[in-house]
Amino acid sequence: MAISTTSDHADGPGHELEDLLRELTPQVLGAVVRWSGDFAAAEDAVQEALLAAATTWPRDGRPDSPKSWLIQTASRRLIDEVRQQQARRRREERAALREVPLGEVEEHDDTLRLLFLCCHPALTPASAIALTLRAVGGLTTAEIATAYLVPEATMAQRISRAKSKLKGASFELDTDPDRLRNVLHVLYLIFNEGYTSTSGPELHRSDLSSEAIRLTRAVRAQLPDDGQVTGLLALMLLTDARRAARTGKTGELIPLAEQDRSLWDRDQITEGVALAVEAFETPPLGEYQIQAAIAALHDEVDRAEDTDWPQILGLYGLLEDLSGNPMVKLNRAIAAAMVDGPDAGLKLLEPLDEELAGHYRLDATRGHLYEMRGDNETAAEHFRAAARGTTSLPERDYLMTKAASLS
Amino acid sequence: MTKFMLLMNMDGGNCDTPMLEWDKADMDAHMKYLGDHVERLRQSGELVEVNALSWPKHAKVVRSTGVSAPVLTDGPYAESKEILAGYTMVDVESEERALEIAAEQSAAPGPGGVPLEQPIEVRRLMESDGDLHDF
Repeated sequence: MAISTTSDHADGPGHELEDLLRELTPQVLGAVVRWSGDFAAAEDAVQEALLAAATTWPRDGRPDSPKSWLIQTASRRLIDEVRQQQARRRREERAALREVPLGEVEEHDDTLRLLFLCCHPALTPASAIALTLRAVGGLTTAEIATAYLVPEATMAQRISRAKSKLKGASFELDTDPDRLRNVLHVLYLIFNEGYTSTSGPELHRSDLSSEAIRLTRAVRAQLPDDGQVTGLLALMLLTDARRAARTGKTGELIPLAEQDRSLWDRDQITEGVALAVEAFETPPLGEYQIQAAIAALHDEVDRAEDTDWPQILGLYGLLEDLSGNPMVKLNRAIAAAMVDGPDAGLKLLEPLDEELAGHYRLDATRGHLYEMRGDNETAAEHFRAAARGTTSLPERDYLMTKAASLS
Repeated sequence: MTKFMLLMNMDGGNCDTPMLEWDKADMDAHMKYLGDHVERLRQSGELVEVNALSWPKHAKVVRSTGVSAPVLTDGPYAESKEILAGYTMVDVESEERALEIAAEQSAAPGPGGVPLEQPIEVRRLMESDGDLHDF
């Protein structure tokens, strides 16, 4: 199964079954984890049940309730496994005596519980990402390894360590806002990993963005009234809508103002704008809602020169108050330059020399503002400094080209 | 996660005796130390790749204009201490972690179990991802 099947829709009975199993996997896994309390063992059992389904359903027909069938099959496998261990270790006895859930399963969605568990604060972001893609996203370890450019064995080890770290962790849904924030952050990181990839050998990585959008939709289905969740989904859709236009033929980065806007995904923008508006009207206001509103203002206009910079400037001010993130201050300086001219922007950058000492983005921003001012020599100097500071190859190429075009 | 390349030269650190002349016990202890270290990196899910390079006698240097036949020379001619002996690529949470791994490698035991303090060069890989934000 390739990652790209996530966005494909049934073009044959095989795909239809695959899509169904993929959708059910986190729900089934969630139910089995909740019942057994053992993440690692539950996952093995669910994998076996999925394999059994993939081989027997096409032959014998699909059961009336595929979800119950999978939960029961996985639970039985788990009990078999526990019984085998029992011969060796008597203390497993109690677990095996628990009842198998029969009949219709509870309708509340275990996907969300599973996602919260995978994004547990005890895990590093990298572990949480790997586990989320594996257990909730249903991607294979090989697919995740390819997406993160590491060998499969390395990724397998990370996933298994993450699982063992979660042994004994509570599967109860923790509605603490910090936990939700953690989940959203992991989804955002997965999205970004896909979005910032440039074309070339990493082309398939962009599917991570689709996967993050799919998972965020699943969270929103469970928490439709949460402004942060809606805001994050809007932000992802509005950002991803520009994907086709953000890189050129050889993978070179194209800045927002120079993108061919006819390549933007109109349907995604329409949906994203509607969600951004809804999210903005759902307090309390968080970072994702404001970022979504800014993305909406960029996406709504057909020509860069029609961008509503005064409103964007106001929103960056709001975002700065909320987050205090120096990167936000950079963006605010750019917006200020667009509204009041480059000197206003340059002035806002002055206090950042301490906070962001030597950071290439500060140099890059100065480069743009000096260019706006018509001081090409100083601009080129800043672009060259930025090119030396970045650890990204496509960014370095962009900054060097920019410097060369000004000197 | 960030990828780093840990480069080890043929520089023996504080030990002047070439490895080919070490006692077997010292050699075994050295190999076991490095083997265990790599295994820990494998277990922690941080190891991307580890390779030793063959001796300089198998090395060639190629120069070409792209038009006429390339010029081949034996080499490299650098001082043997500056010749790359092997590399380890890791994918880690932070630069601090990469430096910690390099320090462990550097402390591999030499003759008599004395840590070699081999110099390990830590280089961050360029990322293929990039973003210009909203310029």
